[in-house]
Amino acid sequence: MTEIALSTRRLDKNFGSLVVARNIELNLPKGARYALIGPNGAGKTTLINLITGMIRPNAGQIFLGDEDVTVLEPQERVRRGLARTFQINTLFPGLNALEAVTLAVCERHNIAGEFWRNIAAHREAIDEAHEILLKLRLGDSCYQITRELPYGRQRLLEIALALATRPKVLLLDEPAAGVPQEESGEVFEAVASLSDDLTLLFIEHDMHVVFRFASHIIVLVGGAIFTEGSPAEIAADPGVREVYLGKRKHG
Amino acid sequence: MLPSVFGVLFDGFAYGMLLFVLSIGLSVTLGLMNFVNLAHCAFAMLGGYLTVTLVNDFHWPFFATLPLAFIAAAVASIALERVFYRRLYRASDLDQVLLTIGIAFVSVAIAAYLFGTAQQPIQTPPLLRGAIDFFGLNLGRYRLFLIGIALIVTILLVLGIEYTRFGAQVRAAVDNQRMAGGLGINVERTFAITFALGSGLAGLGGALAIEIVGLDPNFSFIYLVYVLIIVSVGGLGSIAGSFAAAILIGVSDIAGKYYFPELGAFLIYLVMVLILMWRPAGLFGRR
Amino acid sequence: MAAADTISAPQHYLQSLGRWSAAEIAFWLATLLPFFLFPNYLSLASQIAITALFALSLDLILGYAGVVSLGHAAFFGIGAYSAGLFSKFVWGEPFSGLLVAALLAGIAGYATSFIICRFRHLTLIMLTLGLGLLAFEVANSAHWLTGGSDGLQGIRIWPLFGVFKFDLYGYTAYSYSLAVLFLIFLGMRRLVNSPFGLALRGIRENLVRMPAIGAASRAHIRKAYTIAAIVAGIAGALLTQTTESAALESISFQRSADVLVMLVLGGAGRLYGGLIGTIIFMIARDQFSGIAPQYWYFWIGILLIAVVMLLPNGILGGLSKILAQRRRK
Repeated sequence: MTEIALSTRRLDKNFGSLVVARNIELNLPKGARYALIGPNGAGKTTLINLITGMIRPNAGQIFLGDEDVTVLEPQERVRRGLARTFQINTLFPGLNALEAVTLAVCERHNIAGEFWRNIAAHREAIDEAHEILLKLRLGDSCYQITRELPYGRQRLLEIALALATRPKVLLLDEPAAGVPQEESGEVFEAVASLSDDLTLLFIEHDMHVVFRFASHIIVLVGGAIFTEGSPAEIAADPGVREVYLGKRKHG
Repeated sequence: MLPSVFGVLFDGFAYGMLLFVLSIGLSVTLGLMNFVNLAHCAFAMLGGYLTVTLVNDFHWPFFATLPLAFIAAAVASIALERVFYRRLYRASDLDQVLLTIGIAFVSVAIAAYLFGTAQQPIQTPPLLRGAIDFFGLNLGRYRLFLIGIALIVTILLVLGIEYTRFGAQVRAAVDNQRMAGGLGINVERTFAITFALGSGLAGLGGALAIEIVGLDPNFSFIYLVYVLIIVSVGGLGSIAGSFAAAILIGVSDIAGKYYFPELGAFLIYLVMVLILMWRPAGLFGRR
Repeated sequence: MAAADTISAPQHYLQSLGRWSAAEIAFWLATLLPFFLFPNYLSLASQIAITALFALSLDLILGYAGVVSLGHAAFFGIGAYSAGLFSKFVWGEPFSGLLVAALLAGIAGYATSFIICRFRHLTLIMLTLGLGLLAFEVANSAHWLTGGSDGLQGIRIWPLFGVFKFDLYGYTAYSYSLAVLFLIFLGMRRLVNSPFGLALRGIRENLVRMPAIGAASRAHIRKAYTIAAIVAGIAGALLTQTTESAALESISFQRSADVLVMLVLGGAGRLYGGLIGTIIFMIARDQFSGIAPQYWYFWIGILLIAVVMLLPNGILGGLSKILAQRRRK
């Protein structure tokens, strides 16, 4: 029986009369590469916000492995191995890339509260941060201030920050969103090179990317799971085609 | 000799109505654009000084100056919005606070230069002097007038928000700015007009306030604190919230002055802190 | 070459960010000039050092953690009155007075930090304003303790180390204030270059991202706020000790607002911004002390408008922009 890394049970969320999540049941086995697709407004980012704890569900439960994390604060979930990236860059504009990733590593090592030693003294944390940046081909830009980085590099930094938390489960919200064609290859290579132990759920609109990386696809429509299955099954499903696959690429 | 409970309530309610007219503009613009305008009471001061000048120097009748106070404040706000505020909609809270405090300082200094620092005298129109005896209750005429004006303003605001197209645009923009923009609503223009209306109301409030609380250059800051308290306690963008909070603060302040003079403003500040801790978005606020 | 002894390139880079520059050393040497060049102005210099320390404490929460406080004088005032009462009822030894003030201001800061850390934007501004005004009202009403609007009477401060008396010439006052300012500045500088400093900058740069990297932002904010309260309390105590008086002014909104202007003028989030802003503001105020208050505030208003529209990061921000442009040419 494969180990389940992330699961949700009967997850519901509504804002007044607007239902954004309806009875969501997810089961992500360890090492999975799952894609979450659906038309705009289907509630994909909302689902990620629910799973990570940025919004509270009205009903249902969320499990990280065996542990029920439904009532935990977002940072508690991160510490238990659940990380995410944001669809719109949510970085630290005034920090350079090295500082940003080092900060994430320090938080993980629980030394971010220390105020009596220079940060340069924490060699382990800095080297770890640098390694992550190197792995994502950001080594030569690591001293640049985030707001001056080209957009594609910023998207890579998004992923670097998430990786710095040593996640077991990583939720990627449109990792290559807005990245120009010439640079999006780098982002996908980075995603492809992620460890096989890492469980991945990514939101994506580009079907080429989805079929290339995903082993399983979940289709979300109107806040509820419309259907799910292997890429071949989804590609062949006329219902999905009708709802979504009619359009090939989303802006 | 302490005044009757009814007297205190009546005075407090009237004071609250004045505070409501002063505050509602700030509440709506804060709720609409999240722009912290600490120069709001400077517009009130403008309305007040205009009325004083027109009545004392040009012998206009008091009632005629009121619409002018409204218009002058609204025009001044349009000018300021064009030159300064427009560039800071997406700026940090701190920048907005600093800019608008700076504008308030400058206007206070100009007022002191033009009119001196003494309180401005004003002749109440004969119609509003004295009191009416209503079934044994002593109701000050000016205060009744205040309450009347405030209620008319409230009704016009509520009807305007609910039933006009402009009101619908305001509601949409308060609810979800990005969506509203996406629907083709010119959010910046909506804000500019709302801002002008709100500042105009402040100007009207300033003119009405002279008789009740007096007018001197310090008006801008003393009443700013009350207005800020009402806006944050009532909830940004909520007419009902500002109305309720204004009454609460008005009555508490008057009651405090009569029954617990040693406490000073302590009670008001404590009430604000406690309410904000319980409901950070205000009594009727969202988010 | 043992790997543990060599320093890696990224480590070296981060270290270089925290190194003392020539300009910094020059600045601190320049603070000794008043002893030789302006011996008649040592009392003013002492006031400047004290207010600069207060500005430094505000910089920690405003410039580094992004907490806009309109009521920071509450802690300055608590420190001022604590030191005064300590000297009146226990003894007048200055250093222990500083410790007591730091302790009491720190407790107040710690307690209120639980409220502060939960809010942002207008609510936070209003809470800091409200709490500051409350502190003022308490000090005003409790005239049996504080002397109310007459101020605290009967403060007698013993000579420093038993030898150096606080007198009208101000040598002791300025030496004392400057030394305390410098020592605390060293501590702050360390803090700002530490992992905690980085975390605070993270909070300021993007609060939303912090929980997503596993950070307990509220705990960080509470810690920073408490430290800022302690430093503000020490500054207040210095004022009481060097002037042998404690008055409502020290806990007033005026003081909260003025220090905010000084910090923004110099540039928040740069440590030196508060110091430079304070120096300029207070020297100017001293020079123009003849004019009526509302006209002084006219120019402050113009200044604020100019800073926000033209120099959003204060004087130091503007300078660093110019230097960066020069470097690129």
